[in-house]
Amino acid sequence: MSFSHEDVQRLLQLLDASHFDELDLEAEGIKLSLRRRGASLVAGLVATPAPVPEGPRSTPVVPAPAASADSAGALLEIRAPMLGTFYGAPKPGAAPFVSVGARVGRDSAVGIIEVMKLMNSIAAGVDGEVVEIVASDGELVEFDQVLMRVRPA
Amino acid sequence: MSEASSTMDLSAADGPIRRVLVANRGEIAVRIIRTLKRLGIDSVLAASAADRESMAARMADRTVCIGPARAADSYLRIGTLVEAARGVGAQAVHPGYGFLSERSEFAAACSDNGIIFIGPTAEQIERVGNKLEARRCAEEAQVQVVPGGPVDNLSAALTLAEQIGYPVLIKAVGGGGGRGLKRANTPAELESQFELASAEALSAFGDGRVYIECFVKQGRHVEVQILGDGHSVIHLGDRDCSVQRRYQKLIEEAPAPGLPEGMRCELHAAAIRFAKHINYRSLGTVEFLVDVARQRFHFLEMNARIQVEHPVTEQISGLDLVAEQIAVAQGQRLRLTQADVRLAGHAIECRINAEDTAHDFRPAPGKVSGVHFPAWPGLRVDTHIEPGAAISPFYDSMIAKVIASGDTREQARQRLEAALSEVHIAGVLTNVALHREVLATPEFRAGGFDTGFLGRFLAERGAAAAAN
Repeated sequence: MSFSHEDVQRLLQLLDASHFDELDLEAEGIKLSLRRRGASLVAGLVATPAPVPEGPRSTPVVPAPAASADSAGALLEIRAPMLGTFYGAPKPGAAPFVSVGARVGRDSAVGIIEVMKLMNSIAAGVDGEVVEIVASDGELVEFDQVLMRVRPA
Repeated sequence: MSEASSTMDLSAADGPIRRVLVANRGEIAVRIIRTLKRLGIDSVLAASAADRESMAARMADRTVCIGPARAADSYLRIGTLVEAARGVGAQAVHPGYGFLSERSEFAAACSDNGIIFIGPTAEQIERVGNKLEARRCAEEAQVQVVPGGPVDNLSAALTLAEQIGYPVLIKAVGGGGGRGLKRANTPAELESQFELASAEALSAFGDGRVYIECFVKQGRHVEVQILGDGHSVIHLGDRDCSVQRRYQKLIEEAPAPGLPEGMRCELHAAAIRFAKHINYRSLGTVEFLVDVARQRFHFLEMNARIQVEHPVTEQISGLDLVAEQIAVAQGQRLRLTQADVRLAGHAIECRINAEDTAHDFRPAPGKVSGVHFPAWPGLRVDTHIEPGAAISPFYDSMIAKVIASGDTREQARQRLEAALSEVHIAGVLTNVALHREVLATPEFRAGGFDTGFLGRFLAERGAAAAAN
């Protein structure tokens, strides 16, 4: 069974439209846990109705726009803070700082931009999961160019 | 516009330069790209985020964004520009004027990375950029300098001023382009200004050293365009840039009107002596202060770059100065002898600035909603503005240069006056109306006035407005 990006989106919509706060799914080779922010952890595979929170409704797993059909609009961009040569790994042949699917935090190093032999470490600046790496290794990136796209945490 | 064209054009096959990174913006970026296109050389514009949609960006074969709008974070970043040149595969960088054009570190960084800097060597930029060193070079080349010299402290300044006579100008060793100048008419003024001048020089140029020079009351600003290949140097005639406001040039013309022929020849010879003394390679301008009363001249400084006012020289010589600059930058010998340089007619240029002439000429940024420049024979417009163009507060307020040429000075002047009456720039305030007034004055018609002309004109105009 293959699980696509669209499938996850559909599940998110389902959860968002429901009165449940969590959804856990286990299928062949995949384990997915979705939880509304602020919902308390409940053990067990089967989704159980959580107590209805007081006050304002808790925020969904992803910001509201992500639940709409245009999921691309919800992605965050990591942009180049300077012009230079982009490297996705700390040195040639080494494992890349991040790959698609990696979780990044604000301070996570996601690449290097070299300007006149000076290596500038590039921090993600956002929290989330890398869904696309736009910049190619060893290529000139311009100031403000999109390096990666991240689905917010 | 009528394009100046070299009789001997450079084809891309003549040298190693196939792609040039244009490290500048505005009208000069447009001007440089135009020549690159004509020569069949690829152009890559290094643009700040504010200039991504500019006319130059549209004209260039490629544009790379080098940083945010603030020049310190984009156009002034040496490492970024060298990296950009390498990254796009450019063999050369054209620095234009302003920004990094006269920073020896930039020229050095380019050559260290195997990139041709279209300009003089780092060492030459260093020598002429240091005003004291330039004075020393002039003296060695037997070119008369303005009486004066370096002073370490106030008492030395007072002693020297006593010798050369008041008024004196206090100048920053690292300054230039009229910046960092202070005038002292009396010893008391020198005392009050000296420390201030030094402190300002330190903060503005990173060098607190100053020198003093005799203030020439009736001086004309005359400069000689030279071109050198490191071995030979020729001149491409002279220009008069005496219409200045606070040492900023407003109207320039070529040739300088009404100079005695003997003096003109001496000026050309002095400029060549100076450039030869430092084995100058590239396009450059040697500036002189012509002492009208005493009929003699003094070396002021050398500008080691293409100048804003270069079109007036192109219009009377038929040469493309950017093309010549590129040719010598890629190691070619001069393609012209002095005898090949034929100067004919007269050309006058007005610098159109987005500024509020009614409020102390403060810059008036905004969005250009409409533009019209007439297109006539004998008229050239170098500009980067078009409807929708944003005149950013981050950069210089100059938005266009209108250049008229003719067989005679009067013909050029009339054409310029008529052209300016048709110029229409909507959305931002400009100094077009002031230019028309200046061009119509009897003093301008006569020509040969000193650098105090515009100041006197503005003072009288202000007084007349106050009386009404």
